[in-house]
Amino acid sequence: MEIIWEGIKQALGHILTADSEVLGITLRSLWISGAATLLSLAVGIPIGIALALARFPGRSFAVSLINTGMGLPPVVVGLFVSVFLWRSGPLGFLELLYTPTAMVIAQLIIAFPIVAGLTMAAFQTLNPNLRLQLLGIGASRLQLLWLLSKEARLPLLAAVMAGFGGVISEVGASMMVGGNIRGQTRVLTTATVLETGKGNFEIAIALGLILLILTFAVNFLLTHIQQREQLRWPKPS
Amino acid sequence: MAEALLSLHDIRVRYDDLTVLEVDSLAVYPGEILAVMGPNGAGKSTLLRLMGLLQQPTQGKINFHGREVAPTDGLAIRRRMASVFQEPLLLNASVYDNAAVGLRLRGLDRRAIEQRIHPWLTRLGIEHLARRQARTLSGGEAQRTSLVRALALDPELLLLDEPFSPLDPPTREGLLLDLERILRETGITTVFVTHDRDEAFMLGDRVAVLIDGKIHQVGAAAEVFLRPVNEAVAHFVGVDTKLSGIVETVNEGLAQVRFNGGCVEVAGDFQAGEHVLLCLRPEDITLSAPGEDFKSSARNRLIAKLVKIIPWGAHYRAELACGDSRLVGLITRPSFLELKLHEGDDAVASFKSTAVHVIKRK
Repeated sequence: MEIIWEGIKQALGHILTADSEVLGITLRSLWISGAATLLSLAVGIPIGIALALARFPGRSFAVSLINTGMGLPPVVVGLFVSVFLWRSGPLGFLELLYTPTAMVIAQLIIAFPIVAGLTMAAFQTLNPNLRLQLLGIGASRLQLLWLLSKEARLPLLAAVMAGFGGVISEVGASMMVGGNIRGQTRVLTTATVLETGKGNFEIAIALGLILLILTFAVNFLLTHIQQREQLRWPKPS
Repeated sequence: MAEALLSLHDIRVRYDDLTVLEVDSLAVYPGEILAVMGPNGAGKSTLLRLMGLLQQPTQGKINFHGREVAPTDGLAIRRRMASVFQEPLLLNASVYDNAAVGLRLRGLDRRAIEQRIHPWLTRLGIEHLARRQARTLSGGEAQRTSLVRALALDPELLLLDEPFSPLDPPTREGLLLDLERILRETGITTVFVTHDRDEAFMLGDRVAVLIDGKIHQVGAAAEVFLRPVNEAVAHFVGVDTKLSGIVETVNEGLAQVRFNGGCVEVAGDFQAGEHVLLCLRPEDITLSAPGEDFKSSARNRLIAKLVKIIPWGAHYRAELACGDSRLVGLITRPSFLELKLHEGDDAVASFKSTAVHVIKRK
């Protein structure tokens, strides 16, 4: 127990004194996972909407792919991204392996099926006749998508939370494609693994705590928005 | 007749090999209320979706103001119409925001929207609910909001898809009366789809009867109600007594028609030997006890056995067997109590020769 208390005390010290290395790792984690989440929203939301609203040949297959993708093991993603970005790989000429960009790509691949799957589910909870109703009062296709997205905003926030939660906490792919290079690709999860391996528990606990606080803060904010919206619309008795 | 506001020509809607709608021609004229009436699954909603340009037909063309609607002008024409569906389908927002959504889609500014919305909120009696969240509304209030949303658009064509069917009878009645008044006052061209014949005849200037995807009859409401063109329409408009018969004799506009159970006199132009279907509405049949000194100008009096008596709202519905034929009449509660008739008793069914609508059979 003593090792844990000591770890927590030292962790708080690192946090309160804004240790430059810890701060750097935290900010890097935030921007890599933030960028991956934003990109996954840009890719996943349109795919989710298309799967929910459109009927086309191969749709069931595409839905199955997305559902499988929602549970994709990060190490498998890391392996494939590594193979593709390897110097002799198909995209080796881009020289992206062991860069933050490679980590964003890997995290994007992990997050977008989650976002797409939950977006699809969010749109499928809407009354299918709402589409016809909105078209029936003069909505253009774009206005229709905007209004439906607004209508599905509560479950869509859950998609954002799940996407961000999936990538900020992921370690396997980041380690494989980022390489955990100090000052360049070291993020909270990979640093925690490294420090634990070295027996530097106080640093590892500090990093773990920061990761927890960060995840909690982002989810708290999104949950707050979601629940506030929910409370504004009490169900009729 | 004026040029049709909207017309359908040689329309077919098929799902795989199944043809669900087959309309050779149907027109909606400016200022009229066309009620499209038919049983569940007849294709009414599909027809309304086609009219609202919310669905493409498999075949055929739709004209708006005499011009064929091209795929490129779908949005522009849709914005000259407004649809109200069976469910209110409101957004998760306030009543006002829901009412305003169509106007916002058209890019109107806040002041113009306010000026358009408020009179309609007042007219439909929901001004006091403007700030309420749509989720908290009752069914009737929600459907009123849905109507405000459509009417505020000042549509050239209003399309109503069974908007009253989910409502309880008093709410439905109130909304139906309000809508009838509003449509008469404003003269908005309306297509109103319903399976309820009372609603259709109350609101419709003309009534189209759609059964199994085909329009069987279109005409003035009274015409369709009293003179159905075939057995299917007769059944749907509430003709419960349908007797197959053959014209025996014809004399000065009156024909004697024999059916399995007796002979009746009907008015009209017929030829002896013609096969006909005699249609009688239950309210046109009067019942009396045999031997009773019953004063009536009715030319037809049939002795029939009372098979079943069922309470029917403010009336009793009496089913009678006359030979192999079946007659159905309605009796008021006081008459029923006075007659002291019971199931199994004989009764006299009387009706005028002019009350019988005759469908000639080929």
